[in-house]
Amino acid sequence: MPKVTFTDHAGETRAIDANPGDSVMETAVRNGVPGIVAECGGSLSCATCHVIVDPADFASLPPMEEMEDEMLYGTAVERRETSRLSCQIRITEDLDLHVTTPETQV
Amino acid sequence: MSRDGLLIVGASQAGVQLAVSLRALGHDGPITLVGEENHRPYQRPALSKEFLQGLISKESLIFRSEAYWAEHRIRVVKNERIVQIGKSDDGSGTAYAESGAAFDFERLALTVGARARRLEIPGADLAGVLYLRNADDALELKARAPEAGDVVVIGGGFIGLEAAASLTKMGKRVTVLEAGPRLVGRAVGPEMSEYLRAYHAERGIEIVLDAQVTRLVPADSGAAVGGVQLADGRVVPADIVLIGIGVVPNTELASTLGLECDDGIRVDRYALTSDGVTIAVGDCANLPNPVPGAPPGDRIRFESVNNAVEQAKVAAYAITGRKEEYAGIPWFWSNQGALKLQIAGLSRGYDRTVVRRDDTRGKFSVLYYRGDRILAADCVNAPLDFMAVKAALADGSVIPYEQAADPTVPLKKITVAADAPRETRNELT
Repeated sequence: MPKVTFTDHAGETRAIDANPGDSVMETAVRNGVPGIVAECGGSLSCATCHVIVDPADFASLPPMEEMEDEMLYGTAVERRETSRLSCQIRITEDLDLHVTTPETQV
Repeated sequence: MSRDGLLIVGASQAGVQLAVSLRALGHDGPITLVGEENHRPYQRPALSKEFLQGLISKESLIFRSEAYWAEHRIRVVKNERIVQIGKSDDGSGTAYAESGAAFDFERLALTVGARARRLEIPGADLAGVLYLRNADDALELKARAPEAGDVVVIGGGFIGLEAAASLTKMGKRVTVLEAGPRLVGRAVGPEMSEYLRAYHAERGIEIVLDAQVTRLVPADSGAAVGGVQLADGRVVPADIVLIGIGVVPNTELASTLGLECDDGIRVDRYALTSDGVTIAVGDCANLPNPVPGAPPGDRIRFESVNNAVEQAKVAAYAITGRKEEYAGIPWFWSNQGALKLQIAGLSRGYDRTVVRRDDTRGKFSVLYYRGDRILAADCVNAPLDFMAVKAALADGSVIPYEQAADPTVPLKKITVAADAPRETRNELT
């Protein structure tokens, strides 16, 4: 089963079994992972599901599109090298993804 | 609170957020969330877009897993329509559902939302005349769509245009009939209305402005709708008529409780109704304009996810005994096909605009000013503009009117920081 490991800004970690086809954001929100707001429900409108992907995992993800890239300039905590919007990362069969949530999303 | 705790009536965005925020704040008392629909609490925005087009499943609309509700001891009750509430002066009481079920509460929160405004003309009760407010509406539209060739959308607002764009993608011939002189007249300015009109017309949607609909005409078979008649006598063929002419806030329960209502349930900056105890949040609430610097006494009712979420957080604070005034920059979005409209701020009271247009990249923004002060922006496929204006509104910085028109210069680059310190945020994110 695919797995996403969320680490919050204070270092606390939570690993969640995920369903292929869902987004990383949906996986977080439905399971009540703090640190992901996702006001727009995944329609790429709010930039409140910002995560910083573990550099070791980053290259394995499909590249982001222009809209996501632009939205990342509007996150509450400034984007980093491996920042993504978690609503745009799809869970695949063998995914074992590690992400860190920023201190705030709004 | 006693064992009966908080009763939240209405299990959509506002009600769900209130329950979730209370637990996030460490509130320990019992919480019951009652919804009238026979679905687990779900998100509405995709109903007119991805869900309608079959791009996502119903499951992906669900707010929280069953495990989440259980773990956080939030009792979620579906398919119970509250029809009567008895309440004492201390705010406690009992709510009764249509089924006869009773829910005792120590404190009540009304997150009862709004309902689709009905079109009251001859023929409006024919089969195939649909609305789009909740999941059952969307399921019916989806079920009827495969058999339909012609769809007429009455109302050129957000819902109407979102659905029109989706239905066009699904291969339907779509006509939008708008009673006013321009599209989305209530929410955007004339430049954006015209941009939207041209955009949708180019993609094959027939748009009729100043349309006076007189009646819905039955098909030859009799019981189902077959067309929409206009005042000039013309009949636009329709296998489905979708009506999106706004919503009416659900104030009936509040009124019977003696709570003040005027275009929604009146609340203060802490989401408290006129009895000082009962909470009202979301589309049903009429609240003091939360925009910093808004004229004193200015009130507003929002129909937005952003408001449901932010106002619910304020309500959660109020319930835990901490008073946090509701203040913030409202924002909205509407995805219409590949067009992504994002709105920051409220343009009411503007006296001039700046248009930023980059057709090579499909970007179009309208910035609304009152004098030199920016009030709002409508941005199509231009998240950087949206983000820059939202940030400037939040911290009071200035986007100079004279420099804002060049779309090749990022707004962030010309923004001048304000002297005032940035407002600090509370911990509920």
